[in-house]
Amino acid sequence: MGEEKKKKKKERAPRQEMTRQDPKKRIMNFNEVALGYSEETAVIEASRCICCPKPKCVDGCPVLVDIPGFIKLVQERKFVEASKMIKETNVLPAICGRVCPQETQCEIVCVLSKIDKPVAIGRLERFVADYEAAAGEIEMPSKPEPKGKKVGVVGSGPAGLTVAGELAKMGYEVTIFEALHKPGGVLVYGIPEFRLPKAIVAREVDFVKKLGVELKTNFVVGRIATVEELFEQGYEAIFLGLGAGLPWFLNLPGINLVGIYSANEFLTRSNLMKAYLFPEYDTPLKVGEKVVVIGGGNVAMDSVRTSIRLGAKETHIIYRRSRKEMPAREEEIENAEAEGVIFDFLVNPVEFLGDNEGRIRAMKLLRMKLGEPDDSGRRRPIPIEGSEFEYECNTAVIAIGQGPNPLALSTMKTLKLNKWGYIEADWETGKTSMKGVFAGGDIVTGEATVIEAMGFGRRASIAIDKYLTTEEW
Amino acid sequence: MNQIVQKKRIAEGINLFEIEAPLIAKKRKPGQFVIIRIDETGERIPLTIANADKEKGTITIIVQVVGKTTEHLGTLNSGDSILDVVGPLGQPTHIERFGTVIAVGGGVGHAVCYPIARGMKDAGNYLISIIGARTKNLIILENETNAFSDELYITTDDGSYGRKGFVTDQLKEILDSGKKVDLVLASGPAIMMKFVCLMTKEYGIKTIVSLNSIMVDGTGMCGVCRVEVGGKTKFACVDGPEFDGHEVNYDLLLKRLATYKEEEKLAYDKFMLKTKDK
Repeated sequence: MGEEKKKKKKERAPRQEMTRQDPKKRIMNFNEVALGYSEETAVIEASRCICCPKPKCVDGCPVLVDIPGFIKLVQERKFVEASKMIKETNVLPAICGRVCPQETQCEIVCVLSKIDKPVAIGRLERFVADYEAAAGEIEMPSKPEPKGKKVGVVGSGPAGLTVAGELAKMGYEVTIFEALHKPGGVLVYGIPEFRLPKAIVAREVDFVKKLGVELKTNFVVGRIATVEELFEQGYEAIFLGLGAGLPWFLNLPGINLVGIYSANEFLTRSNLMKAYLFPEYDTPLKVGEKVVVIGGGNVAMDSVRTSIRLGAKETHIIYRRSRKEMPAREEEIENAEAEGVIFDFLVNPVEFLGDNEGRIRAMKLLRMKLGEPDDSGRRRPIPIEGSEFEYECNTAVIAIGQGPNPLALSTMKTLKLNKWGYIEADWETGKTSMKGVFAGGDIVTGEATVIEAMGFGRRASIAIDKYLTTEEW
Repeated sequence: MNQIVQKKRIAEGINLFEIEAPLIAKKRKPGQFVIIRIDETGERIPLTIANADKEKGTITIIVQVVGKTTEHLGTLNSGDSILDVVGPLGQPTHIERFGTVIAVGGGVGHAVCYPIARGMKDAGNYLISIIGARTKNLIILENETNAFSDELYITTDDGSYGRKGFVTDQLKEILDSGKKVDLVLASGPAIMMKFVCLMTKEYGIKTIVSLNSIMVDGTGMCGVCRVEVGGKTKFACVDGPEFDGHEVNYDLLLKRLATYKEEEKLAYDKFMLKTKDK
């Protein structure tokens, strides 16, 4: 018995790695770093799943993808079917497979993780979505019975796309209003090409459009039309998926020196405006020889890795706590390390110093030590008095997070906001204080993940359908 | 969409475009701007809405050739389209009956002043306009401004037209004449606005300036347009573009405007080379 068990354990294949571009090569280009599974590695990885009768992974997924179900199909090499199964609950699998933090959601609760590494659910999701697209077999769901009702969705990020897609599938006439010239929200302006190719975003947006969703870009709600005016135009429910969208700067002397960027600006120039292709594209993005990125999240990793590719000679992450407390995904930290990023822990800027032309030339950093855990459960950084020192740099990117952008919100006087300025909405339904107005994603939760925004969107789409069917608020 | 219905050269290197944009035309108020992107590889630049015609569904922008994008724009003609036009952005001007208002426009900056000045006149103010430029053929909207101004003064640096000197010389003369002035508006090069404000501060006259920061999204998302007003960081795109001129840190504005000087030149030279080849 004991021997048999031992034998079985031996048989299980190790967690399959994805091939990645060589770090030395990839820092010279913006192509995707992770290259995905082959059919063979996907089947091997899928075979590691023991298909538990009571799978915990599904509960770990904000949109409740039938994970064992689709993995079983991969085991049977029914890749297209597997992708379709995911799409029943998740309209953007190729994106989620790439940017979801599976290690804290579905994979962390995988039964295997108790005795071995968990099943690589995200990599499999990515594989089947890409397989389906490459096979050219993207099949549209059958056309629903039209409901004869219009819904407006403000913002085309993960939350908005999900709401729009789900409602279109139910037969609603959906219009998405997007302020920028390209749809996708954070997926196009925030996440770099080397982590999420824009062709994939375009493909997923196209899928939502094919579901019948109308997309109006360059449409700033709050300026060109208020939410009240959209109701007057015949929209019967409005979903606000505005994203966070207001960069936080450090309130420190010298913060407005030339060469100090918000991560939003830095990434928007590179991703949305394609500054990495300057001068073929008109938008420039200047990086100095020594770049520092302040912050320890995924956005900080995206910024620092972008700066390497733009030609920075030396790149640093400046983080006030230690590696353990960094909110970035482990995979992103490893990628950054492999690309030569230097991590400076337990330091925090207190001042930025400029040259005669008003360009940043250095920062004053203060050393920190870790104290007791704070509200976030992470150990609080405590400044060490008198430990200030000067630290040279030519470019600084502030990646310490963002708050709610008030542009649209300020035009909605009766919309209730919480003390941080985010929309007060029910987390199950997305209902706000304004009748017919729903909200979800970062503008409600504060900065969170793509999949959480999608989960919110999914729940809101069900609530919107219920509201428009029953007319009960 | 966004078709150019009229293009007119109104001064040397300065073009007026009337663009089909019915929704923006309906909504815009004096002081607001649009962001445009000419084509797929283009950059996003902010331009003041100089005028709008609700019935026709058009907006007017006035653009001086200063770099690649504006040069490229200048090659477009009636019938051509601009890929992206988004707006109206920014806070509208606070317009009310102040009494006597002086509107100072420098160079193409007068295109920014023009709609605001007109709004001030419509609100019942006594309006004095000062248009300044380096030389005669850079003066814009003279007749249009004359049509609604109670007084109009022209200055040129070289004396080729109107009074020889700067707008501040004319402004000083008016202020010294003892006339009660309630508000000054200024729009033009940052350095001009700085000197106008130094002067009006001395006279204790509230002055509103419209700032021409670099922008990308124009909706408060990126923060490249940040300016210091009264020691506080503000975003020109959503908090402005108009601010209390006495509180603005112009030196910072000038430095931030120069951020991409080399890249702008590179893009311009490349474009000129390309068009020459054609």
